[in-house]
Amino acid sequence: MNLVTSILEQLINGLRTGSIYALIALGYTMVYGIAKMINFAHGDIIMVGAYSLYVFAGMLELPVPLAIILTIVVCAILGMTIEKIAYKPLRKAPPLAVLITAIGMSYFLQSAALLIFKATPIPFGSVINVPSLRLGSITISGTTIVILAVTTVAMIVLTLFINKTKAGSAMRAVSEDKDAAELMGINVNGTISLTFAIGSGLAAVAGILYICQYPSLIPTLGALPGIKAFVAAVLGGIGSIPGAMLGGIILGIIESLSKAYISTKLADAIVFSVLVIVLLVKPSGLLGKKRTEKV
Amino acid sequence: MKKKKLKKSITNIILIIISYAAITILINSGILGRQMSSLIIPTGVNIILAVSLNLLTGFLGELTLGHAGFMSIGAYTGALITLNSGLPPAIALTLGIIAGGLVAAVFGLIIGVPVLRLRGDYLAIVTLGFGEIIKSVLTAVNFTGGAMGLSGIPKYTTYKNYTLVFIFIVLTILIISNMVHSRHGRAICSIRDNYIASEAVGIKISKYKIMAFVISAFFAGVAGVLYAHNVGILKPNNFDYNKSIEILVIVVLGGMGNIKGSVIAAIVLTLLPELLREADSYRMLFYAIVLIVMMLFNNSGLKERIMEQFKSKKQVTTEGGE
Repeated sequence: MNLVTSILEQLINGLRTGSIYALIALGYTMVYGIAKMINFAHGDIIMVGAYSLYVFAGMLELPVPLAIILTIVVCAILGMTIEKIAYKPLRKAPPLAVLITAIGMSYFLQSAALLIFKATPIPFGSVINVPSLRLGSITISGTTIVILAVTTVAMIVLTLFINKTKAGSAMRAVSEDKDAAELMGINVNGTISLTFAIGSGLAAVAGILYICQYPSLIPTLGALPGIKAFVAAVLGGIGSIPGAMLGGIILGIIESLSKAYISTKLADAIVFSVLVIVLLVKPSGLLGKKRTEKV
Repeated sequence: MKKKKLKKSITNIILIIISYAAITILINSGILGRQMSSLIIPTGVNIILAVSLNLLTGFLGELTLGHAGFMSIGAYTGALITLNSGLPPAIALTLGIIAGGLVAAVFGLIIGVPVLRLRGDYLAIVTLGFGEIIKSVLTAVNFTGGAMGLSGIPKYTTYKNYTLVFIFIVLTILIISNMVHSRHGRAICSIRDNYIASEAVGIKISKYKIMAFVISAFFAGVAGVLYAHNVGILKPNNFDYNKSIEILVIVVLGGMGNIKGSVIAAIVLTLLPELLREADSYRMLFYAIVLIVMMLFNNSGLKERIMEQFKSKKQVTTEGGE
C-alpha cells in the first residue's frame, strides 16, 4: 500500500470519527448558545443512547428502525428532564454552581449505568448492514458510508430547522437575548426544553453511530467522545452551529492522523493540546463571534 | 484585635496537640484495628488534596478538574527519587516530598499562565484536558513504567509513620488558612467575588491567579508523594478524572471556601465508604447526588425559603406563647 492510499484511508477514518464528534458538538453548542452553560452530562447521554439501543434492539429484539426511534425519544426526554430537575432552578445561580451540578449529573448517569449494567463490557454487534464500497485501491466500509450519510442529513435538517422554522427563530432569539425574547412573547422555558431535547436526540444518534464503530458497551463510553466533542465545539467557536460541524471534522482528522503517524498513546494528548492552543491563540474559535464583556 | 489573634492561635495549637494525641492513642492502643489504621494515611492525603483544591475552587472561585494531574506529577517525582537516589530513607523521602511539591508547582505555573485568559467553563475543560495530557504522557514514556505502573516504591508513609503525614497536614492547613486570611488571600477572594471590580481597584488578577495555582499544585504534589509511599505502586489510571471529581466532592460537601469543612468532609468521605463496604457500589452514585443536591440546595433559593419558613414558624410559636 503506498503512502497516498494510506493517507486517504486515514482521512476517511478521520472524517467518520469527526462527523460523530460534530453531531455531539452540535448539542454542546446549541445548549451553550441558549442556556450559556456547558452541559457536562451531554457525553453521558451518548452512553445512555448506546445502552438504550442495546436494550431495545438486543434484549427486547424490536425491529431496528423502531429501536432507533425509541432510543432517540428516550434520550430527548432524558435531556429535558435533566434540564428541568438540575439546571432550571439554577438559572440565576453563579456559573460555578451550574458547572458543578452538570458534573454531578454526568457522574450520576455514569454510576447509574454502572449499577444497572455492571462494569464488564457488553459486546453488541453493529446494527448497520451495508456492503463496503471500493474506490480504486481504497475500501470504504459500510459503517463509514452510513455514518457520513446520517450526519450530513442531520446537519442539513438542523440548519434548515434553525434558519427556516418558527421554533428555530425562537431559539436564535433566546440565545441572542433571553429577556427581550420573553418580552416578545416567546416561551423561553419551552424553547430551552426544545433545545435540550434536540441536542440530546442528536447525542442519541451519535451514540448509536458510535457503538456501530466500536461495538462494545461500557458505562464510561460517553465520557471521552463527549470531552473531545467539546474540544471540537470550542475549536469551531462555541455557540456557532457551522463551527461545531467544522470543528468536529477537523478534530477527527487530527486524531486519526496522529494515531496513524505519531503515536496511538499520545493521540489524546495531541487532541487536548489542540484545545489549549486554540484557546490561547483564538479563544472565540474558528467561526465564533468575539464577545466583548460589558461591565 | 491582637489579643483575639493570640487567643485564636492558642486554640489552634491546643487543637493540633489534641488531634495528634488522639491519633497516637487510637493507633497505638489498637482500637482501630488493621483495616481502619491503614486508612489514616489516605485520609491525610485527602485532607491535603481537598484543602489545596479549596484554595482554587472555594477562594479563587475557579473550578479545576486536573487536581489529580498535579498529584500524579508529585507522586511520580517523589517515587522516582526514592527509588533511584540510594539515599537513606529519611533524607530520600524529605527530598522526594520537596521535589514532588516543587515539580508539581512548576507544572502549576506552566498550566496557570496559559489559562489566565480563561474563566469558568473553559478553565474547567482546559484543566481537565491537562489532566488527560499528563495521564497519557505518563502512560507513553518509559521511565514511569508506562501503563503497567511504577512498582516497588518503598513504603515509608505507612500508618506507623503517621507523625510525618500529620506534620504535612498541619503545615498545609496552616499555610493555606493563613494565606487566605492575609492580604493576598483577600485579593484572591475579591477576584472570586467580582473580578472586574477587583481589577479596577488595582489588584493584579494574573499574579494572584498564578499564585493560587502554584500553591495549590505544590500541595497536591506533596499529597501525591505521601500517597505514592503509602501504596507502593503507581499507575497512570489511578489519577484519572474520577480522582479529581472525588476531591471536588470533598470540597463541595465541606463547603466551598471553608477549610475546616474540607478537613471534616475529607475524613468522613474517606472513612464512610470503608464502613459501608456492602454498599460500595453505591458510592459513586452517592457522590453524584451529593454534588447535585448541595448545589441545588445552596443556590436555587431553596435554602432561603426553608430558612424563612423556619423563622416564620418560630415567630408564630413565640407569638402564641405570649
